[in-house]
Amino acid sequence: MLETIVVPLAKIVVLLNAVLVAVTFLVLMERKVIAWAQSRLGPMRVGPYGILQAIADPIKLILKEDITPRKADKYVFTLAPIMSLVPALVVFAVVPFGPDPFYYLSDINVGLLFIISVTSIGVYGIILGGWASNSKYPLLASLRASAQLISYEIAVTMTLVSVILTTGTLSLVGIVEAQREGGLWFAFVQPVALMLVFIGGLAETNRAPFDLPEAETELTGGFHTEYSGMRFSLFFLAEYANMIVISAIVVIMFFGGWLQPFPNVPALAFLGFVPPWIWFIGKIFLFLYVFIWIRATLPRYRYDQLMALGWKVLIPVAIGNLVVTGILKVAL
Amino acid sequence: MADETKSQSGQDGADSRPRAAGAGSKVAEKPAAAGKPAAEAAARKPAPKPRPKPKPKAPPEPPKAPEDQAPPDGMELPKMVTAVQAGAPGAVQQVSYWVGDWTVIVAVDRLLDVMRFLRDDDSTSFDYCSDVTAADWPPREKRFDVVYCLYSTRLRHRLRVKVRVGEQDPVESVTQLWPAADWLEREVYDQFGIDIVNHPDLRRILMPEQWQGYPQRKDYPLEGPGELLMENPQDWLRVRNLPDEAGAGADADVEIE
Amino acid sequence: MTLEAPRASTTQFDTDELVINMGPQHPSTHGVLRVVLKLDGERVIDADCVIGYIHRGIEKLSENRDWTQIILLTDRMDYVAAATNNLGYCQTVEKLMQIEVPRRARYLRTVLAELQRIASHCLWLGTHAMDIGAMTVLLYAFREREFVLDLFEEFCGARLTYNSMRIGGLPLDIPPGWDKKVLSFCDLMEGKLNDYETLLTNNRIWLKRTRDVGVISGDEAIGLGLCGPPLRGSGVPRDVRKDEPYAAYDELEFNVPLGTRGDTYDRYLIRMDEFRESIRLVRQAVEGIPEGPIMGKVPRLIKPPAGETYHAIESPKGELGYFIVSDGKSTNPYRFRVRPPSFCNLQGLKRLVTGHLVADVVALIGTIDIVLGEVDR
Repeated sequence: MLETIVVPLAKIVVLLNAVLVAVTFLVLMERKVIAWAQSRLGPMRVGPYGILQAIADPIKLILKEDITPRKADKYVFTLAPIMSLVPALVVFAVVPFGPDPFYYLSDINVGLLFIISVTSIGVYGIILGGWASNSKYPLLASLRASAQLISYEIAVTMTLVSVILTTGTLSLVGIVEAQREGGLWFAFVQPVALMLVFIGGLAETNRAPFDLPEAETELTGGFHTEYSGMRFSLFFLAEYANMIVISAIVVIMFFGGWLQPFPNVPALAFLGFVPPWIWFIGKIFLFLYVFIWIRATLPRYRYDQLMALGWKVLIPVAIGNLVVTGILKVAL
Repeated sequence: MADETKSQSGQDGADSRPRAAGAGSKVAEKPAAAGKPAAEAAARKPAPKPRPKPKPKAPPEPPKAPEDQAPPDGMELPKMVTAVQAGAPGAVQQVSYWVGDWTVIVAVDRLLDVMRFLRDDDSTSFDYCSDVTAADWPPREKRFDVVYCLYSTRLRHRLRVKVRVGEQDPVESVTQLWPAADWLEREVYDQFGIDIVNHPDLRRILMPEQWQGYPQRKDYPLEGPGELLMENPQDWLRVRNLPDEAGAGADADVEIE
Repeated sequence: MTLEAPRASTTQFDTDELVINMGPQHPSTHGVLRVVLKLDGERVIDADCVIGYIHRGIEKLSENRDWTQIILLTDRMDYVAAATNNLGYCQTVEKLMQIEVPRRARYLRTVLAELQRIASHCLWLGTHAMDIGAMTVLLYAFREREFVLDLFEEFCGARLTYNSMRIGGLPLDIPPGWDKKVLSFCDLMEGKLNDYETLLTNNRIWLKRTRDVGVISGDEAIGLGLCGPPLRGSGVPRDVRKDEPYAAYDELEFNVPLGTRGDTYDRYLIRMDEFRESIRLVRQAVEGIPEGPIMGKVPRLIKPPAGETYHAIESPKGELGYFIVSDGKSTNPYRFRVRPPSFCNLQGLKRLVTGHLVADVVALIGTIDIVLGEVDR
């Protein structure tokens, strides 16, 4: 009873809250980092150095009037943000924050497959949200989103397959363990795959320079143009939760998850005093920083260029990477 | 000429018709002298430089006619002007020069000929239509001056072409020569109500589609329905909905629950 | 018509065109421009600009204000480059009255006009880059624009609508030490320009978004009446400062940057070069400011003799022309007409966007650099 229900439930509650709090602070982090990149200060008024802005933002969004356009499909309009957020949170069920079962909810043997399939559901939220708004800009944006997410999903998945080929397991814990045994992060084994997954991840989370579905300067607000208040904030949460998910995947697959750098080098063994979950979260934050950094730097792709990049560059390279990995796997 | 104009308008007083007729006769006699307007003009009028003090008149009434100063004595006409006089014979009614700008005044029915010549001839080659605008001189029978400011990016010279039209007279659109004139002519139509014919898309441009009246005309009040909107929206709505009472309800579609 | 816009391929499917309203409330229409786009998928097959949302009747108003009051109204047209508007108007009236402007005033006017060009181009760069998604450049460009505004504030007390010139000269002489500040700003700006270029010029995404977007040939650009950087981007050597010199431009050295392809990237490069040319002009002009009065001989009551004139200057947006008719009797112009460069450039938008994608529409609105205050007047 305790082992099967209470502990997992407690973990779920803790994890869920941790993720949501992390998301609110991620928004603050994004605002701060972009502000620094742009020689501004960012939020400074709420709390010391604007730290409480992370609290003020959600409160404002929750208190705002929640408007449903008259001609919108009401049920789908409400359902869409939920469909967008829930998969992003469910994924954390299989994300291992450390080596022991204490650090994760479950280690299922198809963990990677689970992540890929569940994150794919998130796109329905965007498509339905754009469609249900019964408005032209969101419709265009949701069309863009569906095309974009599907084409980048293919590239990312195919690239992940090459990682699976190297490890021979779909379990996320297994993948990290494989890196520990190999003594080398997969970033060094599969650098091409790392780039592909990271670029694809940017595109899948609708982050700059691939933020076409919500390109505010083209489509006003993209798929969430008609959303306001709490429902808008759900989309918002989903986007940032997805950022964390992608960062987590990249860290687990290529940067050794909770492992310290170069786990087999004895000279660096003193790094072991840092708890594994700190390593994991630290690495995630590093990637979140890169996400934000890219957003502050790069212009946005155009829709056709984005599709061309996906289909003409990423997918062929992913296939090539898969083939080379397969050949090496057999040959070595 | 200026002396004449001043004294003449002073004599005419409130009666505007004779002055307008006088202007008309001047226009009529001009084409004959098209070849040597400088000498002609100089013979008729002194140079415009010394100006008399403006006579203080009790009600400042609108000017009777625009003054198009002839080129001063002995000034040679530039090549672009002589070229158009030769190229479109009889079309140029008057040549004017003032503070360095040359203007040709053209009969409205010959406008396109002149414009086509100005654009295509090598000695003029006005390939750039800077501006199309108009001025309103109400008491005059042909109350509008439509002014085309042309520029040549090759020869780097400017010329203004002016036609005089009445309220109902159609003006040929020059969009077929310069696509640039499209919006400019729309603005002339919008602001002055000058009938531009053969324009591809003659709609109002700055004012709303259902606007009544032509704001840049001199008889249009400076304070119009806009102020009515500010002070009394109900009246404004009534005025606005007069033409299509039925269609007014259609866009009252509340989007928000 | 010489206009033959590239059309999107028509499919045999039973498809519907999507009519979409871009604006008047849209983040990247630079104010209240409304573009009615007809889309085939994401491809634009027709565009119609609807303008006039901030039409204030400045021409009509000016015909009912006296000659000096109009300077204030010209500020409100191209409000990001108010000083050049003032300059154009004052020069037109001076031309009409044949007033000789002292050399010192002409030099100072040149400095102001070129500083204004830098400020206006900063705003253009920021918003253009923002439209394409590079948000940081906006903040950088506005940071430097702020320095120009500070200089203007020190000169005339205002930061946006300057009312900085008078018929016949300038209202005020420059404050002591102002020229040193201008020169140090020039040094600063040169370094910052390199920053902008690092972020954009060789950025692959920037190149992808701007190369071959909105290509227009020189002849077509002339026919459409484009002016300023959009015209020069197509390789037409047309700059009012060179062709019909005014202020002190005939005494200063500068180049007119020209494009070759006539695409958005060329127009971007041209404006970046214009930054440098403006800095060069400001340096020369500041160093060459002669001693002397700042006002010419102007009658107490400004009342130009009857006559009309058209005078153009090169505003940051292009050829800014004033056509003014004086009846010689009243203290206000009989006809006051502005040839707004943004208006004429915006006319080319339909030609530029047809056949491109929705995302290019915002890039092209940015590249022609419109200010709606000037389009609508």
